[in-house]
Amino acid sequence: MSEIILTIDNKQVKAEAGMTVLEAARKAGIYIPTLCYFEKLKPYTACRICMVEIEARGRVSLDTACSRPVAPNLVVRTRSERIDKIRKMLLELMLAHAPESVPLQELAREYGADADRFEKEPSFCILCGLCVRYCDEVAKKNAVTFVDRGTRREIMFIPEIALKECWDCKECFALCPTIALQEAYLLTKALASASFSLEPEPEQ
Amino acid sequence: MPRISSPAELEERRQNILSKRDNSKPCIAVCGGTGCHALGNRSIIDAFKAEIKKRTLQAKVNIRETGCPGFCEAGPIVVIYPEEICYVQVTPEDASDIISETVVGKKVIDRLVYTDPKTGEKAIHESEIPFYKGQMRLTIGDNGKLDPKSIEDYLAVGGYSALVKVLQTMTPEQVVAEIKKSNLRGRSGAGFPASIKWDAVRVAVGDTKYVICNCHEGDPGAFADRRMMEANPHNILEGMIIGAYAMGANEGYIFVGDEFPLTVENTAIAIKQAEEYGLLGKNILGSGLDLNIKINIDAGGYVCGEMSALMAAIEGRVGEPTVRYDHATERGLWNKPTCVNNLQTWASVPLIVNKGADWYAGIGTASSKGTRVFSLVGTVNNSGLVEVPMGMTLRQVIFDIGGGIREDNNFKAVLVGGPLGAFLPESLLDLPVDFDEISKAGGSLGPSLVVIDEKTCMVDMVKYFLTFLSNESCGKCTPCRDGIRQMLKIVNRINDGGGKEGDIELLEAISEVQRVAALCPLGQTASNPARSAIKHFRDELEVHIKEKRCPSGVCKILATASH
Repeated sequence: MSEIILTIDNKQVKAEAGMTVLEAARKAGIYIPTLCYFEKLKPYTACRICMVEIEARGRVSLDTACSRPVAPNLVVRTRSERIDKIRKMLLELMLAHAPESVPLQELAREYGADADRFEKEPSFCILCGLCVRYCDEVAKKNAVTFVDRGTRREIMFIPEIALKECWDCKECFALCPTIALQEAYLLTKALASASFSLEPEPEQ
Repeated sequence: MPRISSPAELEERRQNILSKRDNSKPCIAVCGGTGCHALGNRSIIDAFKAEIKKRTLQAKVNIRETGCPGFCEAGPIVVIYPEEICYVQVTPEDASDIISETVVGKKVIDRLVYTDPKTGEKAIHESEIPFYKGQMRLTIGDNGKLDPKSIEDYLAVGGYSALVKVLQTMTPEQVVAEIKKSNLRGRSGAGFPASIKWDAVRVAVGDTKYVICNCHEGDPGAFADRRMMEANPHNILEGMIIGAYAMGANEGYIFVGDEFPLTVENTAIAIKQAEEYGLLGKNILGSGLDLNIKINIDAGGYVCGEMSALMAAIEGRVGEPTVRYDHATERGLWNKPTCVNNLQTWASVPLIVNKGADWYAGIGTASSKGTRVFSLVGTVNNSGLVEVPMGMTLRQVIFDIGGGIREDNNFKAVLVGGPLGAFLPESLLDLPVDFDEISKAGGSLGPSLVVIDEKTCMVDMVKYFLTFLSNESCGKCTPCRDGIRQMLKIVNRINDGGGKEGDIELLEAISEVQRVAALCPLGQTASNPARSAIKHFRDELEVHIKEKRCPSGVCKILATASH
């Protein structure tokens, strides 16, 4: 493995080719907040909370640390006025869904995010996709998935698969940054509908 | 019929087709485009056929269902050849008169020719109609002259001659150099130089390389790309074959929404004909070039027009944007070198080859060359498909070609670039049609110009486009999905009379974050309509918020509340 030297928050950091900026930072003990990231899953780049400033070949750009491959001489800044402003707004948008989420509350304190800035949106889900992707990439069951798109996008358990797989698994619940409220509700709903459809027709 | 095995043989075939055609024989050309289809062109064609049969004129008169000539506002359009007499708003009842008086009697029917509502002047030929006068119809000019379902018609107007020229006289490097010299920029709206992609794919290593035509076009008000594909599909195929030769590509896709059935139908027919003629498939015209082109029908998600989502959709994955650090030109579709160009980019290629890069670069502005095809829609008098040279001002397009605003209302704004574009006010109407100038003004040179008048409310328009995007965003990333959601909530509130001090600033704050933090260009530009409305029509938004009044009388609750 070839070694790559980059700079993160004024610190020289050693990384291996193929690593992401986030992995290099974590290895060097530099904290970058994440919500949709999990080390066993492919980078998803959806929550955008890990956005950092990256200076390469004289140009400064914003990118998600969880996906950006390290390269020699990259200069990364994990905090700046611009980044903090973005994270604050992202947190406020997500807190409209899940005000009780502990990770969101902790980050909100750090970035001065106002949980009441936006009108509440009752879903208790920030669509980080950890459950969906874990079930696909690690558990390989595909019991939970995304349905619809845009502002109507939501997670959904597939009743027939859930009935077979979820009773003894529920590994995805531990990953949920919003105390799995929405997940528990939807899984229960799916299991109930699957059990119901398997019941014999009532006799006339 | 055996495949044609050399460029010379294709030229022979063309001469053969032309020799069988008698240009003095009358031909009734009825627009077969989607617009005129909706206006009942089918019954007009049937009426002509019945009338011809009744008079046993089958051997003396041809009837042709053509591609869209563009003047949708005045459809259904019928042109009588060889005199090229143009009739507008034709009904099936007119068929009998047209045959007896014009086709047989060689007289013009006064009531069916176009009358300029401003001057009262009549225009017998297309070229005299103000809508067509200011245009430069380089890529759509043949639409009305050919039946899109006939490869012979395309060959008769000189089709595939650019391919012949390329195969006979140019190396792949020379083709790319010619495209570079022409300064052709991608017609998706962003205006990325086509030759950079072409050259990157040409030098990329790979046993398979792809050329893709993006004919996705899901914007409300845009129909230019699908209409061009539907009207003259062989022109696009020719562009793609030339591209494939230049880049060494051997597979191609035409990515088109399934909500355009006629486009899909005509494209499928054209591909089949081209294969039969030896213009697609193995060893094209004996040159050694192999190219297969398939149609990829997508389910109509707007976001699939974005390149990474488009390629994901073709690969059979969910059509959602993903972050990419490789150029598609090196690792694109199925990780192979891939050139994705917009339909209008491909459409310009045969023209550039035939007429030369110098000629092409002589049209337009310093940085934007050639022409741009728009669907001109909204409250403009002459809506339709228009092609103008780059550099023409928006004012000329809207007032000279478009004939100004309906019912003599005042112009309010033109949306350039669709749901991801900007509303430009009267004061910016002298901006030229030019990638960089429009981009500087906050828009993008997309394929539609939506004109709105004083009776349209900006809050209502912003609400409309945010609603569209709330359905059409993939919903993957937070700033796009929830940014749009919260912006729409705010705008709905303003629309319902609940606007608050600080709402405009909050909209601005969301858009500031969204444009830098969103995952793909859709999210990054989703707030453009709102931003431009705030920039140019802030007073109107403030009246809604502070006085609970809608100056245009559109927002219902506000309109009632003010009485």
